[in-house]
Amino acid sequence: MKRFLPFVIVAAVALITVGGGALLYRARLAALRAVPKSLTAEEKAELGHLRGDVKAPVTIEEFGDFQCPPCGTLASDMQKLEKLYGPRLRVIFRQYPLAIHNHALEAALASEAAGLQDHFWEMHDLLYREQAIWSKLPDAVALFNGYAGTLGLDLERFKRDMQSPEAKARIAADQKRATSLGVNSTPTLFLNGTKLEFSSVNLAGLSKLIDEATKPKPSPK
Amino acid sequence: MKPDQQKTVTGARATVILYTIAAIISLAGLADAAYLTILALTGETAACGGSTGCFEVLGSIYARIAGIPVAAFGVLGYFAAFLFATFIACGYNRLRRFFTLTVGTMFAMTLWLLYVQAFRLHAYCRYCLFSAALTFLLAGLVVASPAPRD
Repeated sequence: MKRFLPFVIVAAVALITVGGGALLYRARLAALRAVPKSLTAEEKAELGHLRGDVKAPVTIEEFGDFQCPPCGTLASDMQKLEKLYGPRLRVIFRQYPLAIHNHALEAALASEAAGLQDHFWEMHDLLYREQAIWSKLPDAVALFNGYAGTLGLDLERFKRDMQSPEAKARIAADQKRATSLGVNSTPTLFLNGTKLEFSSVNLAGLSKLIDEATKPKPSPK
Repeated sequence: MKPDQQKTVTGARATVILYTIAAIISLAGLADAAYLTILALTGETAACGGSTGCFEVLGSIYARIAGIPVAAFGVLGYFAAFLFATFIACGYNRLRRFFTLTVGTMFAMTLWLLYVQAFRLHAYCRYCLFSAALTFLLAGLVVASPAPRD
């Protein structure tokens, strides 16, 4: 038996390495490529950047800045909520890059440029996930170009689109909407049109609010 | 027990202990290299705390050889080291020269990668430094292991 022990150990490690590696690879790739396919171009233009079911009973509209640390924390909470509530929740992201963050506008433009190639949400997730890295760089645009390459975008078009009036106009439109709603900080969230207190903007707080919003109303007697 | 026999038993026990340690170190290196390989394949940037070293090193031209991530070669190297160390710990002493050869190759590669980080990129990736430390430990074990008795 002892003669076969090393074979068993090595085979087990090989299996765990290959199997675990493949699972991790698939999971990370799926997270990178999660993108809504169900919307038409018109719906997207009208609704902003939307992820989730168009007919979901709960809509969270977020005004975010890619360089704001609380927005980065919220991004991972939002992904958990999207997984948890599935078709009951849709999320709209709107740009609100703050002037105090040196790369926020560039990041917003990068996400819009990716959006023009139908990869807004992949870039959105990537920018938040890598926030701690690019935020500290003197030149973040070079890294954004690298992200575009990673996502398989047409790099030359991406660079052009980052400077395009279309990308800038989309950010300006979101900012205009923010002003009309009285938004002055990030992250600011609206749940079914109601502005949320910052103290509720976390996984537990949002879960509670979504549960309340999706709770079946008692029928009138 | 005669002194010669006692010496042989002590040497065999030292071999088992040293190569078991080598197998465990190789497993740690395997996990590190596998993680970096997955990041290279998905195109993500490894988070190095607040430093940008990982991005600069792993995104550099030195991070791939013929399009294959260097970390993937690390996976092969550490797996081979683990395989040989496990077999030697179980009594297959004839594999020692292969273990030495594997660790020697990894050691040379590590020196090159450290040189690249220090003098060409002027940036360090913590995962790469961790791997370098593990390879140095493996090399130390090769040197420390008692000579085989055929």
